Amino acid sequence: MSKRTFSIGGVHPHDSKISRDCAIQALPIAPTVYISVAQHIGAPSVPVVAVGDKVKVGQVVAEPGGFVSAYIHSSVSGTVKSIAPRADLAGRMSTHIEIAVEGDEWLESIDRSDTLVTEIPEDGKAIIEKIRQGGIVGLGGATFPTHVKLSPPPGSKCERVIINGCECEPYLTSDFRTLLEKGEQVVVGAAILRKVMGNVPCTIAIEENKPEAIAHIREVIARLGFEGIEVMVMKMMYPQGGEKQLIDAVMHRQVGSGALPISVGAVVQNVATALAVYDAVQKNKPIIDNSVTVTGECFPRQANLLVRVGTPLQYIIDYLGGIPADAAKVISGGPMMGRAVANLQAATVKGTGALLFLTEKQTRRAPETSCIRCGKCADACPMGLEPFLLNKLSKAQDWDACEQNAAQDCIECGCCLYSCPAHIPLLDNIRVGKGAALNAIRARAAAAKAAAEAAKK
Amino acid sequence: MVNIIIWTIAVVTVLGLVLALVLYLVAQRFKVEEDPRIDEVEKVMPGANCGGCGFAGCRAFAEAAVKAPNLDNNYCPVGGNDVMAKVASILGYEVQAKAPQVAVVRCNGTCEARPKVNEYDGYASCYVKSLLYTGDTGCSFGCLGCGDCVNACQFGALSMDPATGLPVVDESKCTACGACVKACPKKIIELRPKGPRGMREFVSCVNKDKGPVAKKACANACIGCGICAKTCTHDAITVEGNIAYIDPAKCKLCRECEAMCPTGAIHGVGFPKPLDKDAVKERIKIRQQKAKEAANV
Amino acid sequence: MSKLIVSPSPHIHSKDSTRSLMRDVVIALIPAVICSVVFYGWQELLVLGVSVASCVLLEWAITKYMLKQPSTIGDLSAVITGILLALNVPYTTPWWVIVIGAVVAIGVAKMTFGGLGQNIWNPALVGRVFLLVSFPTYMTTWSAPKGLFGADAVTGATPLGAIQEGLMSGASVEELTSAYNYRDLLFANLGGSAGEVCALALLAGFVYLCCRKVIKPWITLSIFATVALTSLIFWGIDPSRFTDPVFNLLTGGLVLGACFMATDYVTSPMSLWGGVVFGVGIGFLTMMIRYFGSYPEGVSFAILLMNSVVPLLNMWFKQKKFGRK
Repeated sequence: MSKRTFSIGGVHPHDSKISRDCAIQALPIAPTVYISVAQHIGAPSVPVVAVGDKVKVGQVVAEPGGFVSAYIHSSVSGTVKSIAPRADLAGRMSTHIEIAVEGDEWLESIDRSDTLVTEIPEDGKAIIEKIRQGGIVGLGGATFPTHVKLSPPPGSKCERVIINGCECEPYLTSDFRTLLEKGEQVVVGAAILRKVMGNVPCTIAIEENKPEAIAHIREVIARLGFEGIEVMVMKMMYPQGGEKQLIDAVMHRQVGSGALPISVGAVVQNVATALAVYDAVQKNKPIIDNSVTVTGECFPRQANLLVRVGTPLQYIIDYLGGIPADAAKVISGGPMMGRAVANLQAATVKGTGALLFLTEKQTRRAPETSCIRCGKCADACPMGLEPFLLNKLSKAQDWDACEQNAAQDCIECGCCLYSCPAHIPLLDNIRVGKGAALNAIRARAAAAKAAAEAAKK
Repeated sequence: MVNIIIWTIAVVTVLGLVLALVLYLVAQRFKVEEDPRIDEVEKVMPGANCGGCGFAGCRAFAEAAVKAPNLDNNYCPVGGNDVMAKVASILGYEVQAKAPQVAVVRCNGTCEARPKVNEYDGYASCYVKSLLYTGDTGCSFGCLGCGDCVNACQFGALSMDPATGLPVVDESKCTACGACVKACPKKIIELRPKGPRGMREFVSCVNKDKGPVAKKACANACIGCGICAKTCTHDAITVEGNIAYIDPAKCKLCRECEAMCPTGAIHGVGFPKPLDKDAVKERIKIRQQKAKEAANV
Repeated sequence: MSKLIVSPSPHIHSKDSTRSLMRDVVIALIPAVICSVVFYGWQELLVLGVSVASCVLLEWAITKYMLKQPSTIGDLSAVITGILLALNVPYTTPWWVIVIGAVVAIGVAKMTFGGLGQNIWNPALVGRVFLLVSFPTYMTTWSAPKGLFGADAVTGATPLGAIQEGLMSGASVEELTSAYNYRDLLFANLGGSAGEVCALALLAGFVYLCCRKVIKPWITLSIFATVALTSLIFWGIDPSRFTDPVFNLLTGGLVLGACFMATDYVTSPMSLWGGVVFGVGIGFLTMMIRYFGSYPEGVSFAILLMNSVVPLLNMWFKQKKFGRK
């Protein structure tokens, strides 16, 4: 069978998985952690602890601030020192709960043993509630609350659960290591997810550059005897891990503009999320830590670390020997979609998947020259957009035209800017047009809603 | 040969006449009836189509002004009172004279005062930069220095000063259209009254951080200490959210706040003489002593 | 550690740059250049030198003294224009004619529109057509190749020109084409402008560009296919009036035009189907001009005509957007 991939565009950067052989090891707990209350998409959570409170590992420190929001748990045991604004990695202020660490005392309800629990609870509702209580959000990067994704709106039906193990971003290896070392748990997590969605088939999609993981997961599925779960080998292509692209690759269905994956019957969850689901449902363990790849050619100590949520980035870097002299950029996440770190004092959040160090030569942008209309950006765009055109429209602030040319469909994968031979900052500008187009669409929807309500009265 | 020439001339002439007739008939058929005053108003407008009035251009302004019951919500900041007086006379409305305004940059975080803590390497646009993060200096409120305001200005009144990295307003060219105010993602630029003979006082900072944080990021920051508000005898200064603001309507241009400001965040513009800080401080000291004595008595 | 760099994603970049792409085109032209120098001798080298030097110098001078902008000659596009212009004129062309061609190509067709990326028509072709119309004597009197160490040149006409003349004087195509054999055409040894002479060298360059993914083959292939098909139909109808497909494919700079001029990024459509329509248009127009026009050679005009409709093709043929109808 030929390996599958999505149908439009895509680029093929060198995969640079130099940390692939580093086993996941636990990072010693930092003396102080800073847990942000805004580490997911949606409303920020509301702190439920006060300064001076003693907290244990796994204890809820903030409750959801709305339907699309999540529980946040203490990742350490200790005393709450402050609840105050603190700068995130981009320097923006948000409320953080500062906890001074004392020992490592866990809530008794959490099962810390290594025993694999394969029996899945019967009640789907109860499972979703456990996932909600566990504060689980999509760990593939978007950090969308998982329980919301697992509660499809009435009228839509899930036909397939896809576990995203593509890890198509160069450098990142934490999902790969998770598949190798916690394969059993991931498979059980996948089984839980497919059960919740109504015993639908489940596909674990893994790119061809991870043959060990493919073999291991196939072996685990056979050993544990789970039915309805299959491994699908994907061709190496970025951005395969994008939700819409992955659904296109696996199911040959395209999610419409502005629509949710469930509209074509798909639910996509990341490998790390599947593991978190297992932990929450089978072990009562909320998200308190996540694996972070620390890598880069200039970084001497490649590592895949299990990091407690709220650990300052500087602490992780210092543990591995500090920033190398020739590192010019620190990125939280992969090189294509990750965010450049402006503030090393910032703390990790649930969605932090990697710390990548790039040298000036690797990352410095070349000066912009004129567009030669080569069309490489349009060829690379996985959404079939015309980045060169959107760039111009966006710079001209022609928001209507941006919307007509589907700027709002942009997934910000970076393929256009990556492939542009003239080094035009396409995506920088398209983001602006995308934001404006989305605002216009939302404003229209709100106006239509208001008009409909007014008509009712 | 002659025949050909005659025929050519004849055909071209007839063709021209027929087409002219067609054009005339079409123009008559599709004529749009418009209030002739719109044209008249448009004629007296500056014609910059800058959008400073809130309409798409001068024509749109003229249309709106003709339709409006009065001119309270229609004001051309570029043309100012002269143009508005003309518009009012065409339309037979009253118009109230407004004090002329000018764009004021409320950031004085120069390169020396506000050192860079990282290096920005994206598209040189303040808006793009502001979407990404809080900026390449420690101050998350200050000027981002990419010149969106300069690009927005249609009158060439703004330019970046390479020495400070901050925009400079050329008052002779600024029409107070407000395009820069809209363009600045940090809301640093404010339209303020030009003041008597161009003299005005303002706080050149918008940093809302607490004093020590602001001071650490920028030596010229307003630290919200409130000395200016205490000094001011005209009740013109308010300190809210760690930032002082001078109400131009109340300010009497005594420059005492400027002299007392510990960080130099308060700027005076257009004064004939440079500020003699020591003299003013002395004056304030004497006055305060007198007040104290009066209170004791 | 100095200050960290912060920028929006993505943080890595492919190795492609305008310069590297243009360098690949130059490399792809090398076989044809070597071929033409071998067949035409030092005079061709002079033509190439004058052409490239005047194109590059002109662009440099215009950016420096007229536009007052940083120089753009580093992107090597002027070098390509120079080579293509040289390959498009007979080696006997006087140097000052070539300089005029360069002025039109770079000065009028390229820089007036705003430089690389802004021009509507392929600069080298505009230069070539300008020369063809202005100096027909120099541009249509061709000399048979004398080779690097060859004997004296014999003045003659290109195969297509000869046939056009022959047809006018009442001869049939069969009589006229019998003078040429296809091996000669493929390996280059007939009169013509330099670039017309060695189809194989040009095709090698084309294959190189496709392998390096600098260009996509659709435009070129659809030109070849259309030329072959159109001439097959006409030749089938009346072989005494119309030349055969193979002859048409190998003569008159079709290979040079299809491989290097029609595929110019700036003046060709971006999408696959746009490119195919563009190629079909060029192929068809070329054959119409060859069969029914008064010029023996139609590729240049056909490409320039199709260049003009590229914005339209870009608008009509767009990549299907993901998840939209």
